[in-house]
Parts: sequence; structure tokens; C-alpha cells
Amino acid sequence: MIAVAAFYILSAIAIASAFMVVVARNPVHSVLFLILTFFTSAGLFVLLGAEFLAMLLIVVYVGAVAVLFLFVVMMLDIDFAELKAGFFTYLPFGGLIALILFGQFVMVGGAWIEKSVSAEAIAAPTPAAAAVSNAEAIGRILYTDYIFLFQSAGIILFIAMVGAIALTLRHRDGIRRQNVTAQVGRTRAGGVEMTDPKPGEGVVL
Amino acid sequence: MIGLSHYLAVAAALFTIGVFGIFVNRKNVIVILMSIELILLAVNINLVAFSSFLGDLVGQVFAMFVLTVAAAEAAVGLAILVVYFRNRGNIAVEDLNLMKG
Repeated sequence: MIAVAAFYILSAIAIASAFMVVVARNPVHSVLFLILTFFTSAGLFVLLGAEFLAMLLIVVYVGAVAVLFLFVVMMLDIDFAELKAGFFTYLPFGGLIALILFGQFVMVGGAWIEKSVSAEAIAAPTPAAAAVSNAEAIGRILYTDYIFLFQSAGIILFIAMVGAIALTLRHRDGIRRQNVTAQVGRTRAGGVEMTDPKPGEGVVL
Repeated sequence: MIGLSHYLAVAAALFTIGVFGIFVNRKNVIVILMSIELILLAVNINLVAFSSFLGDLVGQVFAMFVLTVAAAEAAVGLAILVVYFRNRGNIAVEDLNLMKG
């Protein structure tokens, strides 16, 4: 009973906040609604028994991706009202496309017959929740059967990180920057100067 | 009782909202990127729902890889956006014709 109520509440909030993401006037509000969508979806994942993925969704999406969006939205000095200008021009067309797409989903859902899947077709049966926790069960197949995919996921993240840094890094002229070679190459002869100023005189540097 | 079709309906709604967001926010790249994140989230909900109801863990593993690609895509997309803003001073999608493709 509680699970049913939780499903309806979470999915209603998820859909409403997803809608607010695309119609909000202020992109900062959009990002915050996106975070709310991710949180409620994590709740749905918990209801489905995928606790590890729920935590991953919060850590990766809310902790990294959404904060990245927030940084970019706040750092760029853009007149967002101007970007919102064509909203009502595109609304009928976008709404039509969305209606057709959703109608197709409904038609597919109506024609779809739920059949039981034969045991041979299941690649990695979910172990009983009491025996093995969700995270452990995923780890058991992720680090064995799917180790190459796991490694390639790491390579994808690494390439994305290098690409993002290489794209945004810029060397500006005219700013003081640490010169490690010059720092390390300093000698006492070049760095220290002995002077003997008379009283009342200063030292000319 | 909540069945598989309930979760599929939620995912379909989220997917549709994502596509709708791409169409109505034609000028704002940031919201378009957020709409793509919504679409990928809908796909993830589908994968996890099927994984849960069919008793096959592979769906959750695959959802993890979708998550990875989504994170990489967001990072590179936002980096391109920052570079573009630095060069042009705005992020209007309609002016994105530098390469004349």
C-alpha cells in the first residue's frame, strides 16, 4: 500500500518537475527542477529494488552533472529572457510532435503483451535480495562478465575529462603565472643582493 | 499493484517531455542539454524497470553505462558551450553556423 502511494507521489513529482525543467523562465530554476526530477527518479529506482543505481543517480547526476549545469548557467552572462523569446512560436509545433510521440508510445503500450521470459533468456538472474545486496550482485557481474565494458566506460570518462579540459583551458597573455623552471633554477648569486645603506637612505631595488 | 506498465508510462512521459523541451527551447542550448538528460533518464527508468520485473540484472548494468555516457556528454557539451560563449558572447543556437556545414 505504501509502495503504491510512493510510486504515484514520486512519479507525479518527477513528471511535474520534468515539465517545469523545459518551461521554466529562469535556467537556474530549470537546473533545480532537474535535480528534483533526478531525486524522485532515484526514489522510483529504490522502489524497483535497484538501490545501487539510485545512489549512483544521486551521486553522479545531482552531485556532478547538475552542479556542472548550475556552474555554467551562473557563470555565463547571458540574457535568458531573450533566449526564451521564441517559446510561444515553437509551442504549437513542439506540442504537436510531443502529442504524436506520446500517442505512439500509448499505441505500442496497447499492443504490447506481457509474456513470461524463459529462464534461459535471462543473462544474469537477480539473486534473492535477502542473500545478496543489490550493489554486491551488480559488482559480481560487472567485474566479471562486463569487465571490458566497464573498462571502456572508464576510458570514455577519461577522454571526456581530457576533452573538457583541453577545450576550456586557455593561456591568457599579460597575467602573472608561476614559472616552475625559473623558480627551481634560481641560485643564491642571482637571488640575494647585499647592500649597506647609510642611515636615512633607502634601498633602490 | 504497480506493474511494469506503470513504470513504462512514467518513462514515456519523461521521454516525451524531453523531446518537447528540445522543440520549444530552440534558442537555449543549456535547456536543450537538460532535455537530453531527461531523455536519457527516461531510458534508464525503462532499463531498470525491465531489469526489476524480468529478474535480470543486466539491465541495471546497462543503465550504469548509459549514466556514464550521459555524464561524459554533459561535460563535453558544456565545455563546448563555454568555449562558444567565449568566442561569440552569446549561446543562441540559430547562430551556430560557424562551420557552414
